[in-house]
Amino acid sequence: MLIVDRVDKSYRKGGFFSRERQQVLKNISFHYEQGECLGIIGESGCGKSTLGRLLLGIEKPESGSILLKGKKAGGNRAGSGSISAVFQDYTSSINPYFTVEQAIMESLGIGRDRSSRRDNHAKVDRLLKHVGLDPHCRTKYPHELSGGQIQRVCIARAVATEAPCILLDEAISSLDSSVQMQVLELLKRLKEIDKLGYIFITHDIQAAAFICDRIMIMRNGQIEEIVSTTQLMDVQSPYAKKMLQMVIS
Amino acid sequence: MKRIGSLLQDRLALLSLFIITSTLLAGIFAPWIAPNDPEEVHMELRFASASWEYLLGNDHLGRCVLSRLIYGIRPSVLGVLAVLAISVGIGTAIGFIAGYFKGKLDALLMRICDIMLSFPGYVMTLGIIGILGVGLQHILLAFVLMKWSWFARIIRTSVMQYADAEYVKFSKTLGIGSLRIIWKHIVPVTVPVIAVTSSSAFSSMVLQLSGYSFLGLGVQAPHAEWGMMLNEAREVMFSRPELLLAPGITTILFVSAVHFFTDALQVALDPKLGSSGRKKQRKGRFQTANLQGSEVA
Repeated sequence: MLIVDRVDKSYRKGGFFSRERQQVLKNISFHYEQGECLGIIGESGCGKSTLGRLLLGIEKPESGSILLKGKKAGGNRAGSGSISAVFQDYTSSINPYFTVEQAIMESLGIGRDRSSRRDNHAKVDRLLKHVGLDPHCRTKYPHELSGGQIQRVCIARAVATEAPCILLDEAISSLDSSVQMQVLELLKRLKEIDKLGYIFITHDIQAAAFICDRIMIMRNGQIEEIVSTTQLMDVQSPYAKKMLQMVIS
Repeated sequence: MKRIGSLLQDRLALLSLFIITSTLLAGIFAPWIAPNDPEEVHMELRFASASWEYLLGNDHLGRCVLSRLIYGIRPSVLGVLAVLAISVGIGTAIGFIAGYFKGKLDALLMRICDIMLSFPGYVMTLGIIGILGVGLQHILLAFVLMKWSWFARIIRTSVMQYADAEYVKFSKTLGIGSLRIIWKHIVPVTVPVIAVTSSSAFSSMVLQLSGYSFLGLGVQAPHAEWGMMLNEAREVMFSRPELLLAPGITTILFVSAVHFFTDALQVALDPKLGSSGRKKQRKGRFQTANLQGSEVA
């Protein structure tokens, strides 16, 4: 479904007249099949989130191509939306002036007229229940909700787009461990019920191993290794081996 | 609308709003409200004290002080308000473009702003008056030329702060257009900043205009203006100090009202200081507390 082919990305370093550029992603190529859960792990600054932004079409690669069902990601603005997203920082993930309802409506309302408003009302209720929230939350503002609740709203919002794939960029990293577990359980449940696929960007190997089918290990903007979770112990590259050992010990 | 409701519960804000709106209305409807012609000279009434016909007395030419105060609202307040609207409008447009799209456009616009900001404001205003001649409209023109870049900078900074927020990123992944994102997500969060900076700039511009008129560079006699009234009263400062009081107190009162209103607006526009149904929730909480209490008893 998603084919990433030899993607490079760099950013300008220093001031406006500086010619120096920092290479963030180098020669990234991989395939993603519909419905699978791909984990992308690596240390901070290895280019995970940049790759995420490229996949979402917010930024464009410098060279190489990202093909979504044969079409370029982010090329056609109105048509993009086959990947949805949940981000890390729950304090800024919902507009502070929006109620929960408005936030979810935003992703429901794409390309639809106002006559289906009542439809949407019922849909919001269903989505909130779906992610384990009380439908009374709909009139609340984000600062009145807890971190875990906001992240659930964000998941509901991502599910509402009916995209087959959701990109979770460190979506559980800013939550505490018990809430992390609840959200992971929720994601696992949604994966089974709705046949959703995830691209799960994290630095937490255990969380990735819990939910993912395949894991891609990144280092310094390059793919170190892609391995399926069941064979996680048989990684080849020395970096991946070292990383796994640190988690186990 | 909820936010405006909370603003109306603040008594100081209400009082300030009342002062501001009544001043504006008095300025707009000056010919109907003013009891006398502000420029009519009665030499026999020089320095007359307050009477029923002339409620605040008469000045050194026997003109009605109250009428002059009311007509003075027009250049002092309404003129400044129009200038403010223009310069905030230009500043907002440039600030949004620079802050949201970033990159080369941002760099270019900000260098232009830097050039404009590097001129000292007072000196530039004096320079423009020197070139174009003395007069209210030239001061107002100078205000527009000098202020827009300042607004553009402040608004750009606050736009940038929100342009990278994750809800904006999410809207981008939904494929929503830039204009719609700006309107739905960035305008609401920057409105408090725009409101607060522009209203504080408003009061300082009112003071500046009065200052220039006091120096004789702005409004020309015989037209009324608060700063010029102060200047006229200055000559009889020791023998007739009460003539200073009317324009002085009016200026102070109006400028303070704008400041207090700005503060209240800032509080009212911040969603984190309010809540969706605070009263209801509080009531609910008390009820459950009572229930628990009775259970224990």
